[in-house]
Amino acid sequence: MEKFISHTGSALPLRRSNVDTDQIIPAVYLKRVTRSGFEDGLFAAWRSDPEFVLNKAEYSKASILVAGADFGTGSSREHAVWALQNYGFKVVISSRFADIFRGNSLKAGLLTVILGQSDVEALWSAIEAEPSLEIKVDLETRLVSYKNQAISFDLDDYTRWRLMEGLDDIGLTLRKIDEVENFEEKRAKYKPKTLPVLS
Amino acid sequence: MAKTLAEKVWDDHLVRSASGEPDLLYIDLHLIHEVTSPQAFDGLRLAKRGVRRPDLTLATEDHNVPTLNIDKPIADPVSRLQVDTLRKNCQEFGIRLHSLGDVEQGIVHVVGPQLGLTQPGMTIVCGDSHTSTHGAFGALAFGIGTSEVEHVLATQTLPLSRPKTMAINVEGKLKPGVTSKDIILAIIAKIGTGGGQGYILEYRGSAIRALSMEARMTICNMSIEAGARAGLIAPDETTFAYLKDRPHAPKGEDWQRALAYWSELKSDSDAKFDKEIILDADQLSPFVTWGTNPGQGIPLDGVIPSPQDFTDPEEVSAAERALVYMDLKAGTPMKKIKIDTVFLGSCTNGRIEDLRAAAEIIKGKKVASDIRMMVVPGSARVRLQAEAEGLDKLFLEAGAEWRSAGCSMCLGMNPDQLAPGERSASTSNRNFEGRQGKGGRTHLVSPLVAAATALRGTLSSPADL
Repeated sequence: MEKFISHTGSALPLRRSNVDTDQIIPAVYLKRVTRSGFEDGLFAAWRSDPEFVLNKAEYSKASILVAGADFGTGSSREHAVWALQNYGFKVVISSRFADIFRGNSLKAGLLTVILGQSDVEALWSAIEAEPSLEIKVDLETRLVSYKNQAISFDLDDYTRWRLMEGLDDIGLTLRKIDEVENFEEKRAKYKPKTLPVLS
Repeated sequence: MAKTLAEKVWDDHLVRSASGEPDLLYIDLHLIHEVTSPQAFDGLRLAKRGVRRPDLTLATEDHNVPTLNIDKPIADPVSRLQVDTLRKNCQEFGIRLHSLGDVEQGIVHVVGPQLGLTQPGMTIVCGDSHTSTHGAFGALAFGIGTSEVEHVLATQTLPLSRPKTMAINVEGKLKPGVTSKDIILAIIAKIGTGGGQGYILEYRGSAIRALSMEARMTICNMSIEAGARAGLIAPDETTFAYLKDRPHAPKGEDWQRALAYWSELKSDSDAKFDKEIILDADQLSPFVTWGTNPGQGIPLDGVIPSPQDFTDPEEVSAAERALVYMDLKAGTPMKKIKIDTVFLGSCTNGRIEDLRAAAEIIKGKKVASDIRMMVVPGSARVRLQAEAEGLDKLFLEAGAEWRSAGCSMCLGMNPDQLAPGERSASTSNRNFEGRQGKGGRTHLVSPLVAAATALRGTLSSPADL
């Protein structure tokens, strides 16, 4: 995974709450067996409206998405994270994220930042007043800054470290595989196995 | 120290717990399907890693498979490639797979319990958010993304931060015609789609204990619609009776050992939940959604709310958008809403009891002439059982379609989709914009309301017949 230390870019204001993963990428786009190429499906239904914010020229370079509360509700499809990344987003800011989406994003290296709703509203207004506004999202200091504003955000130390080092979670767990083996030896023998097939 | 049920199951699966890092949890059962697994297997191959425990892994084909002509090759080449990819991956890594046409094929959350692989006190994951279904057995079960699927395949563990716990107490007795679907829709309307974020829910109380296993699964299934990754119910005699003699349930002395452990799996009487919610079962009536998120629900007897009825500005704008998308006017009685398609199925309500309940209402009657009713059993076994009971004939004689098992119109990934502007009464779990087909409009309902609606053509309860 690529290291994430800090990102500076312009942002897209998505003034909608409860943006579910079926909106981020509808199911018909999930048939691909790769991790790339999902940008076509991003907000597919909304994009057919020329007035939709993603279609506006002034936001065409945006790499930070600022969305309403409860972003990423619904399905566990990590394709929603890939679609955002494939399109070019590096960061999503919202006042609340659905648990599974949040977990997926931080595993896949898309930084999700939680700010208070009033901070999100202020960001929306600032971006709409100046679409090319430069916003810096910094993991080192855990700050979102623009103009003379600097807003701090929470992210647990472990996830922050993993993202900044670009570490693969599986590799980290495999370093402790002896502890997994110890656990397996003590597991109850009556726990079910899928093999052999019983009927 | 007193513990909640969720905390007990969590602690019993701790491989490692150290400050400054997430807990490492052992996973007892990993369910996989065609949509969220291909990239995980690719990841394994790239890193030259294997599957640690194929014997704790089970695959089925469910999300994108057709529900008609399943003896023929899948017509859509992209869907076919995805299913073929699962077959190749399962063969390469030695994973048990139930393919289209196999008697054990079906929706992954219907298959696990019916095989007896879902048992109390287990940790169960799947790359599907409705994995919470298995919580009905007192298992800690939750949906994961593809990165986590790869992690479980490689290590049979997951690093996770301990969630908070919420008790949802449902006391009293349900009135006739009111089901567990109405309970969970009412809970979601009460706490909202974000209400359960960061929590594991535990459903408790006399109304929950009175439910069958299948009805409990319906409730736990939709925990995710309340924002919670997992929801569970303490196992009891109903759970044990359901499990006894299932193919993969423990046998003989193992059964006794398992039973002894399972009987301890309940929240201690002095355990502290981070939050508690109370719901009065006596007051519940059939519940339906009017909007585009599962929290936008009201009793079927009600009228469509006005955006001004809400105080939170986000809810006001969500309601405004929902009314436009759903093409509905505030103040309209729900029962005046005309439906085009009735969908009976999904991991929420595609089990044999759901089909029986709907068939009982449909029996000897005709589906309204302008209604399409699709009945999609949750698994091939459910379909066979229904046919053995003659339910298929009742549906067919009424004018409904009798399909093969799969996720089908719940998510509209296969050809079973709503046309733009078409309106459904659906026993599934999500009424998101376009969920069942681009431009389609969804009202979530119980199987009883689905059946009554099919007969009358407008949203109806059995009492209206």
